[in-house]
Amino acid sequence: MSDSPGGTAVFQQQPAQGSHAAGEGAIRASSPAGRRPKRRSTDRRKVLEIALLSGPAIIMFVGFVIFPVVLAAYYGFFRWKGFGPPVDFVGLGNYKVILTDPAFHDVLIHNGAIVVLSLIFQGPVAIVLALLLNRKFRGRSAVRILIFVPYVISEVIVGTGWSLMLQTSGAVNGLLQSVGLGAFKADWLSNPSIAIWSLMIIISWKYIGFAVILFLAGLQSIPEELFEAASIDGASYWQIQRRITLPLLGPTIRIWAFLSIIGSLQLFDLVYIIWGQYIASTAGVSTMATYMVANGRTSGNYGYGNAVAVVMFLISLVIALIYQRFVLRRDTAGALTERQK
Amino acid sequence: MAVTTLTQAPRRPLRSRPRNEWGSPAVYFISLLFIAVCLAPVLYIVLGGFRDNSQITSSPAGLPAPWRFENYVDVLTGSTFWREIGNSAIVGLVTTFGVVALGLMVSFVLARYHFPGRGAMYSLFAAGLMFPLTVAITPLYILVKDLGLMNNLGGVILPQIAFGLPTTVIILVPFLRAIPDEIEEAAAIDGASRLGFFFRMVLPLSLPGVVTTGILAFIGSWNSYLLPLFILNDQSTFTLPLGVQAFASQYSVDTAKVLAFTSLSMIPALIFFALFQRRIVGGLTGAVKG
Repeated sequence: MSDSPGGTAVFQQQPAQGSHAAGEGAIRASSPAGRRPKRRSTDRRKVLEIALLSGPAIIMFVGFVIFPVVLAAYYGFFRWKGFGPPVDFVGLGNYKVILTDPAFHDVLIHNGAIVVLSLIFQGPVAIVLALLLNRKFRGRSAVRILIFVPYVISEVIVGTGWSLMLQTSGAVNGLLQSVGLGAFKADWLSNPSIAIWSLMIIISWKYIGFAVILFLAGLQSIPEELFEAASIDGASYWQIQRRITLPLLGPTIRIWAFLSIIGSLQLFDLVYIIWGQYIASTAGVSTMATYMVANGRTSGNYGYGNAVAVVMFLISLVIALIYQRFVLRRDTAGALTERQK
Repeated sequence: MAVTTLTQAPRRPLRSRPRNEWGSPAVYFISLLFIAVCLAPVLYIVLGGFRDNSQITSSPAGLPAPWRFENYVDVLTGSTFWREIGNSAIVGLVTTFGVVALGLMVSFVLARYHFPGRGAMYSLFAAGLMFPLTVAITPLYILVKDLGLMNNLGGVILPQIAFGLPTTVIILVPFLRAIPDEIEEAAAIDGASRLGFFFRMVLPLSLPGVVTTGILAFIGSWNSYLLPLFILNDQSTFTLPLGVQAFASQYSVDTAKVLAFTSLSMIPALIFFALFQRRIVGGLTGAVKG
């Protein structure tokens, strides 16, 4: 969850795009720059303050975020079991294995399916629900809280609960039996042609509340005057939704889609918890991240695991940049694209 | 973003529409249906804990008949559950404190100081959003192992603080930038140094943003699974998510007990959410409003 609102903020508020632009914006926002007489001692003091205040955060961030990512790229060129320094340099060997491994091709298909199906399953339903919950009615705030509950519960609990419910002798099949739909009983988790749909249901259940809340927030930023003007002009409720609300909700929808795509590409917890490390691939739900853990840490091939991480990162990055370039461009004027350079 | 968040509150009372209109029945029907779908699995877990295994086997989707309290009593009187809650609380609180403290400091620099390289520094943190923990997990594991922090809660806390910083910086910088310069000038005239201004004016004025980022950091830490899975292998250091999974595999034949354990471990997050839901939803709203 912690990533999402931040991600949202980046695109919307168009912060610093480079030191020059940032300086200008700030100066415009505050009073003119050279307003205070600058003496050398205050300058030195200022540098010290900047160093003291920003130092700890930069050290932590570079040490535990940037450095490991760089390390991943480095280790990816070695065949390495995780002990001692990596010496067995294999160049692009790991990458060759990854890209020719049929299991990795399956993983890509699963991830692709999860990306597309998440958008199709959650988007329209969430938009309709948000439109509905944006109307004023008694108990609305209670509804808004309750739809957020699945999102707050941790993936482990969601995974444990759903995997018990979806077992062959579990509650879902029991319920189907007792309402006379016994014919629809299925091996929800182990049947390879059904498992991915079960996963999609669980993902939608878990994350749709987040989409609804985002859309509601976006709806609230639309000025009410527009609706009033439209209804004075004789527009019906549905005309207003189609002609005014949906277009103005566009930026929020595009950002939600972006967050959803990135989340789908990085999906790990739910799959790993429900299907475990070994049966995920036979059930047809393995993802890039579970492939990385199964073939990296679990089998002790740390060099290979790192190479998978790099591939996963590059795929996410390329998709993010393409999305930025062609979909989000009008909302952000390239804020993130610029920053990547 | 910050501006909208700050001005939002006073604007609300001006809306002249009565707040408690009754909606159409269709709205209620769809709302209730959706809530039922959202809550049914949660209820299944909670109610399942009140049944015993023979009840669950004979009627997987039934209600408790009779109600059994042994499962919950067993979990609550055992030490495992409390130890894991303790670990999760330590990790969550220290992570939250670290993220907020470091994030606030660096955001203050980014928002209120003018110096060359500031844009680059902001970009560095913003780019951090593109590096999810999943990608860095293997080298992070090696790094933590080299630091000697395996099976140590610190080995989870430090990376979590680092990975929480980008979101925090991006939410807090606009908040701090929105504080009018006049306040800073007035403080300077009254003899406050820049740091004095930071502690006496900035901290209280940016509290809404600080609370939002703190909540996000805490929930993220409380629910995190991948990092503890790699770092904590010793049962005594398990956090709650690891504990739930370990319990589920250890008692895989005792479904009722697993359900009791799972539903109890759900409670802290739900209480936390109930206490702060206004801020969580409000924080997201502020973030989207732009």
